[in-house]
Amino acid sequence: MAEPARVALLVTCLVDLFRASVGMAAVKLLEDAGCIVAVPRAQTCCGQPAYNSGDKEDAKAIARQVIAVFAGYDYVVAPSGSCAGMVKIHYPEMFSDEPAMRDKAEELAARTYELVSFLVDVRGMKRVAAACAQTVTYHDSCSGLRELGVKPQPRQLLASVEGLRLAESPGAEICCGFGGTFAVKYPEISGKMASDKVADIVATGADCVLAGDLGCLLQIAGRLSRAGSPVAVRHVVEVLAGMTETLPPIGVPRGATGE
Amino acid sequence: MDPTSRAFIENAHAGLANPVLRRALGIAGTGFPARRAEAIARLPEFEALRDEGKAIKDHTIAHLDFYLELYEKNVAAAGGTVHWARDAAEARAAVLEICRSVGAKIVTKGKSMVAEEIALNEHLEANGITPVETDLGEYIIQLRHEPPSHIIAPAIHLMKEQVTETFRASHTELDPARSITEAPQLCAEARAMLRPQFLAADVGITGANFLIAETGSSIIVTNEGNGDLTQTLPKVHIVVASLEKIVPTLEDAATLLRLLARSATGQEFSSYTTMSTGPRRPGDLDGPEQYHVVLVDNGRSAMIGGEFQEMLRCLRCAACLNHCPVYTAVGGHAYGWVYPGPMGAVLTPALIGIAEAGHLPNASTFCGRCESVCPVRIPLPKMMRHWRERQFSQRQVAPAYRIGLTYWAWVAQHPALYHALVEIKARLLGWLGGGRGRFRALPLAGGWTQFRDMPAPEGRSFHALWAERQRAKR
Repeated sequence: MAEPARVALLVTCLVDLFRASVGMAAVKLLEDAGCIVAVPRAQTCCGQPAYNSGDKEDAKAIARQVIAVFAGYDYVVAPSGSCAGMVKIHYPEMFSDEPAMRDKAEELAARTYELVSFLVDVRGMKRVAAACAQTVTYHDSCSGLRELGVKPQPRQLLASVEGLRLAESPGAEICCGFGGTFAVKYPEISGKMASDKVADIVATGADCVLAGDLGCLLQIAGRLSRAGSPVAVRHVVEVLAGMTETLPPIGVPRGATGE
Repeated sequence: MDPTSRAFIENAHAGLANPVLRRALGIAGTGFPARRAEAIARLPEFEALRDEGKAIKDHTIAHLDFYLELYEKNVAAAGGTVHWARDAAEARAAVLEICRSVGAKIVTKGKSMVAEEIALNEHLEANGITPVETDLGEYIIQLRHEPPSHIIAPAIHLMKEQVTETFRASHTELDPARSITEAPQLCAEARAMLRPQFLAADVGITGANFLIAETGSSIIVTNEGNGDLTQTLPKVHIVVASLEKIVPTLEDAATLLRLLARSATGQEFSSYTTMSTGPRRPGDLDGPEQYHVVLVDNGRSAMIGGEFQEMLRCLRCAACLNHCPVYTAVGGHAYGWVYPGPMGAVLTPALIGIAEAGHLPNASTFCGRCESVCPVRIPLPKMMRHWRERQFSQRQVAPAYRIGLTYWAWVAQHPALYHALVEIKARLLGWLGGGRGRFRALPLAGGWTQFRDMPAPEGRSFHALWAERQRAKR
């Protein structure tokens, strides 16, 4: 495995609020991959809600803050393709008319990664020491898939999880309908897209659906539980970090293992 | 047609509740993408071809004035006439004048989205001329007095049963006891009804997939051959096309044709690819006596040099519609005007104004599938975001949303306050929702919880737990 690297964890605002366990799993996997992990305290959000709402000035102000907070680390890693894509693809775009900031944004973009692809592509991780005797299906979150090329990496690591079987869904690459503020601005359409996604997931016969973005997972878990489905929902790093025995799935109360 | 894009949410609701549309889009939403994927798998150089197609269109748009003038010169050299139309009214007037000059009563039409854009049929009808749509899908929706719901498959919102009903209601001169339940029977009936119209038409109007500057030719692609009959049989052929259809050479058109059919229907080539250059020449066996081109600007030239210039590369293949999870959920009529789906979400505000079409660029999750299949790599999500930026800066965003966003962004720039508030929220929601693990209803989040539960937070924020962990280590 590669030399130790100083990695700053970009926690993401959804993990911070909804599911700290995903952050802890990310730290464990990064440490297993020989990284020294720091969590800069002055981080909040990547600014995507402002950027995608057309509020470019606020998005830029938040981006400037992120660029300053994450200066100096070897890598910046997020357990989210959406937030990593925001930094990696959209920050440089956002500052296209400010050369000095653009350079800084590009410098940050070059060392920013989505967690699972970082583990595999940069740290050369081939397998994880985890077990999970379940059939799972994997949902490819849009930004990770189409902006960052996250597709084989989670599957490669999942293949090493003892007892785990992957049942692919033909609709794995179709959006779940979350889309940030879209989910509340167009709730009926978003709900319909979630229903279609959930039908695809249920059709695979999987016990559990995994993805790399908490936004999608909240949407999918919310729709599955409203439909009364027993399919469990987890961030992929929970499985890779071997947390399935102790941590209930998303939307399942504490004290229940829920599987 | 008068736009109903302001009612997008209501239109979408109607679409989601329409069982026929659900079945029709269920078929379209999987069939088109699968056929495209198969066609592309058979062409290893497809990605390189996309780059080439993009480069051809970028070059042409950068020199649009040059190529348009060259095109006009070559149309004239072949015996045709170019009519420049700055807007829809000028385009309608130009077509009507040509029709009147030959005393036209019946006009056959090939499928043309720009004719929909300029509302040509309504104008001809209002002036005593009968337009007859000859593309099967267009023919069906003309009988139903409906606008198209898709840019290459205009009647995609219907199933066979609706077509049977429509033909029974419209073709009252035919035997009511006839059987028209199967697709071949429906096609045969449409063909029988259309054949006399082709022969009776005084003028044939087609669109154009490409205009070729070096030869003054226009190209249409169809799968029914109706375009050929429309443009060859009548005395007069009018091509109605928008400015950005121009390409420099035949070879450029050939490159783009290789992209077009594969992206649109998964065909390697459409069944008919028809080129026309001027009217019938001495010695020609057939062809029109007059050849006119109405070149429509209607807002395109204003897109040059701005944030939406790249939209002018669009080939109208509809791959972005077919792959859009929003389009395949709500259907084309929800968008409320001529161009639906991702390409419509960018183009419609440019043509009818962002105030009118404000919903369209917002009704996207930015999933990016449209851009990933666009044969000329139009960055559709980026341009939808540009429209959102324009709305935000012009204060066309709901005040409550705007204030909420500004407040959130301010807090996000004050990390200590932000972390304190997130910890309170995580504890409060974790406590309230911890019993069930999820909320079935939540104040201020009714939009979410009407259609799905909201999973409850675990109960502590990551940053609070991390700080505790770091303190314990010391």
